[in-house]
Order: sequence, then structure tokens, then C-alpha cells
Amino acid sequence: MRAILLIDFGSTFTKLTAVDLDTPRVLGGAQAFTTAGSDISIGLAKALERLDQSTGPLEFDARLACSSAAGGLNMVASGLVPGLTSKAARMAAFGAGAKVIKTYAYKLTEDDILEINRVQPDILLLCGGIDGGNSEVILHNAARVAGAAGDFPVLVAGNRNAQEECAALLADSGHPVYTAPNVMPEMNTLNIEPAAEVIRQIFLKRIILAKGLNRAERLLDGIMMPTPAAVLKAMRLLSQGTKKTAGLGDLIGVDLGGATTDIYSISRGEPSNPAAILRGLPEPLAKRTVEGDLGMRYNARGILDAVGAEALAGMSGLTEEEILRYVVRCAEDPSLLPGNERETRADLALAAAAVATALARHAGTLERVYTPMGPMYEQRGKDLTQVKQVLVTGGALVYSALLETIMGLALSRQDTMTLTPREARLMVDRHYILSAMGLLSDWEPEAALNLMKDIFGREEAYAAV
Amino acid sequence: MQKTLVLGVIGADVHAVGNQILNYAFTDAGFRVVNLGVMVSQEEFIEAAIESAADAIIVSSLYGHGELDCQGLREKCDEAGLNGILLYVGGNIVVGKQPFEEVKQRFLAMGFDRVFGPGTPPEAGIAALREDLAGR
Repeated sequence: MRAILLIDFGSTFTKLTAVDLDTPRVLGGAQAFTTAGSDISIGLAKALERLDQSTGPLEFDARLACSSAAGGLNMVASGLVPGLTSKAARMAAFGAGAKVIKTYAYKLTEDDILEINRVQPDILLLCGGIDGGNSEVILHNAARVAGAAGDFPVLVAGNRNAQEECAALLADSGHPVYTAPNVMPEMNTLNIEPAAEVIRQIFLKRIILAKGLNRAERLLDGIMMPTPAAVLKAMRLLSQGTKKTAGLGDLIGVDLGGATTDIYSISRGEPSNPAAILRGLPEPLAKRTVEGDLGMRYNARGILDAVGAEALAGMSGLTEEEILRYVVRCAEDPSLLPGNERETRADLALAAAAVATALARHAGTLERVYTPMGPMYEQRGKDLTQVKQVLVTGGALVYSALLETIMGLALSRQDTMTLTPREARLMVDRHYILSAMGLLSDWEPEAALNLMKDIFGREEAYAAV
Repeated sequence: MQKTLVLGVIGADVHAVGNQILNYAFTDAGFRVVNLGVMVSQEEFIEAAIESAADAIIVSSLYGHGELDCQGLREKCDEAGLNGILLYVGGNIVVGKQPFEEVKQRFLAMGFDRVFGPGTPPEAGIAALREDLAGR
């Protein structure tokens, strides 16, 4: 047996998964409260003790961890045009597993810098201009950011002809400077992987230290990546497979949490409508978006703002007043659990609305245009209507008895011009292994893929909508 | 220094062949061409010109709706900070057969720097660009 320990430092729980690489099989799992506030290794030791009780003593060949503890990885992205380099910067940050707290376009103003001073991101990503294109704006922004308070690192990934000058402008600012190739080297060509990789390196080198997460390091071989990056890796492996073993093909991941809703898609998203022409910035095969305003508790208000009380009342059968009261209570007490049947239905409506809205924002759209050749469609973003598999993770959905109803509502409550999946087979990450499999995918992709196919292939993991 | 052009077919026009020929001809003549292809909106021309710090926007139209599609492009360029960027338009840019001189005057009044009628060879556009960009 070759045992390996996979650790996920979550904002609430530290989750352990022990895997035997030889079979391969999951040996067991355990969790304990994350203790990021004091010493993160206390919670880890506690979880290890519980794991030991369930599996018996194990000798681990390696211990790998991902983390979203202490607030995860928070970034600010800055680019030139909102739909071009700003959007590319945002996609790079999402792909690296970050939460993007603010995205800027064009020249940063003094007010923008005051705002950045206030939010103090973990990393600021500075982009703008295609290679050989506009350098004026990114240089202006580099000079402005050099004057920003704090010591957060700045990653410059814009017009290659301005990179060195940007780095020089930031050199004595107290902000460590990193560079990566342009996120959009040519018009409508994305190149976000190199920047995402540098973000991961910065996360390893600095953020772990800054958040006190390194105290756990004597117990493990290092924190490898932010948790969402691990989940994205796992989804990509499950979808694409390896050279030896086929994957499951196109799929979508949904992670509904208390504060945010994350959507993942592994699909080229090419037009399924023969009269559609793809416009705008192409999107990455493995795409992740985070909706920072949609969450079951901290951001229940955001869900209400997005869909309106009437829609929530309609889905739940409650009155609008009851919905409003419930949303207020969610914000006041994020640990609130539904205490009766009406509250359960309020949660159902909130969950369905959050997932529906997040899916609609993640997916592409169609717009009808009339041409002398007859009506045509312009498609922006990914066409996910043909994706038939949805993988659900995250506590708010996985443990819900109404999961199928929630997802059924979320998939059916869509505009015909919004390119979300129409019907899907649900796979449920009941044992919370996705992030662990993402960590394992760097180590032993074949074992990770076979384990995921085995676990998600079982009948119990399925539900059809 | 190499000059940058943003090239595309405006509006709901899907005529791709002429666009490919122009892309080839301008690239071959030494320009850096940011080709947006067919069905390009005014906003896309402008955004591409900003990101690429373009020297000129070359608009093609073949399906007869060019006059509607091109209205307001110069004003939007001014608004976006692309002051004085060269704007060229060419092709079958109006409905039906109209005297080209009248058509040209209307497009010049819209803020285009050069207007090319149907059947213009790419060399004419290249020569005009070299002349107009010489002092810049």
C-alpha cells in the first residue's frame, strides 16, 4: 500500500482524505474545525487524530494540501477595455483559484487607489494592451499602484513592450513585483495559464506565510494551491481524461456556498446553433467564475437583489414579506439552519435562484441579428446547452434533501437566449473528494481519474433532472 | 515603426472573402493587421483600436447597409479618446447604384478620411495609408 494524505484547509472545516495509490481507493476521511485564527496545525492535528481512529495508523508517502482558509485568495484585476484585457485579467485570476474582489478598466484614478488601499488584496494583477499595443494606460496604472498603501504583490501581465517599464515603476514601491506573459497577447487571443501559474507561485511563496498557514507546514509537504484551483484541476481531469484513460467529456461544476457561488465549465462551448457566429473574447476550455454577491447566508441579500422577492416567493410558496424577513435573518446569523418546513422552502428558492443566476452569468448568450441573408445569431461566451453532466459540490447543495428540485428549478428557470445546460445528469460530490483529487492529479493523474470515475460512476452519486 | 490597422466587415455583413484578401494584402505590405473578421460592431472596432494602439481603422461593407452601420463611428472614436485616428471605408457601401462622388461626400461628412468604391484594388488602399501615415 502507498498511502497519501490530502488536506483541504477550508474556511470552516479542515478536511482530510487518505488514499491508497496502489489499488487505488479512498482509505478514509475525517474533518475538524479549521483553526486559522490561532494556529492552523491544531485543527489539522485534531482531524488527523480522527482519521487515525477510523483508518488505523497509516504511514503516508506524501501529505499535500490546498487552502481556502483565512479568506482564501483575494485579488484585484486591472486592464484596459472592460470586455478585452480587463475580462482576460479577471479570467486569469479566477482560473488561478482567486476571488476577484474588484475589476478595473482604463486608467486608475486616485479614488480607485483609495479603494485598493482599503481592500488590501492578496495580489493585484495589472494588465492592459495587446503586445505592441497600448502601453500608456498600463504605465499610468503601474505608477498609480506604486503609490498604493500596503505590501501586496503586483503581477504585471500586460503589453510586453511595457512590462519592464512597469516593473521599474513598481520597483521601490514596497510592493514585490512579478511578471508573466500578456494575458491577451493578440486581439481576442487569451493566454491566461502562465499568469495563473505565477499567481499560484506567489500564493505558495507569500500568501501562505502572510496568513500564518505555514505553521502547518511541519506536518505536511506544503500547501500546493488555493482550493478552487484544485477543484478546477480535478474537474478538468475528470472531463478530459489522461492519454491512457478517457474522461467523461464536457461537464459543469456547481459549488454553492454561504458567501459565494462558484461555477466551473470544462467545455469548448462552440455554437450548437448553425446560424450562430461566435463574437467577442474566446473563453478558456476550463473556465471558473465566482459570484461574490450570491451566497446562501452572507449574500442571501444579493440573491434577492438579483432575482427579486416575487420570484423567490413564487418558487418557495412563501409570501414576499416572509422572504424578506428570512433574508434579513440569514445575514444576521450566517449559521442559521432552517427550523421548519417554510424556512426549508425559503432556502430551496434561494439556492435555486443563486445557481440559476450564477449559471446564466457563467454561460454565453445569443442575440438575434437580422441580415440580408435572413436572421442570424451572435453568440458571446460559451454555448453550454449541450452539456449533459453537472457535478455538484459544496455543503449547501450536497447535503440538501431537495438537491434534485433545486437543480431542476435552476436549469429550467433560464431565458432561451442564455446558453446554460437544458437537462443534465447530476453527479454529487457526497464525500467531498474533488479538491483532494485535484491535488492528487499533479501527483498521480491516473489514480485520481480512476478514483473519480469510480466514485462518481456509482449509482448513488446520480440524480437526473 | 510598423503601423497597426484594425480591419473588419461592419454590421451584420458576413462577406468574408474580401476581408481575407485585405488582411493578406495589408500584412504583406508591412502593416500589423488586427483582423476582426465579419459582423463587427462599431464598439468592437473601437475597443480593438484602443487595446492595439492602432493608427487606422479600415471598415469594409458589401451588403448595402454600410451607410447605416457607419453612422456615428467618428463620434464614438472621439468619445473613446481615439482622437484623429484614420478612418477608411470601402466596398459596396450604399443601397443600389448611386453616383460614387455623392456617396463619397456623405461618408467624408460622417468623418471618414478616405472612401473607396466597389472594385478598388488593395494597392489603392495601401498607397493611401502610406501617404496618410507618412507624417505620423
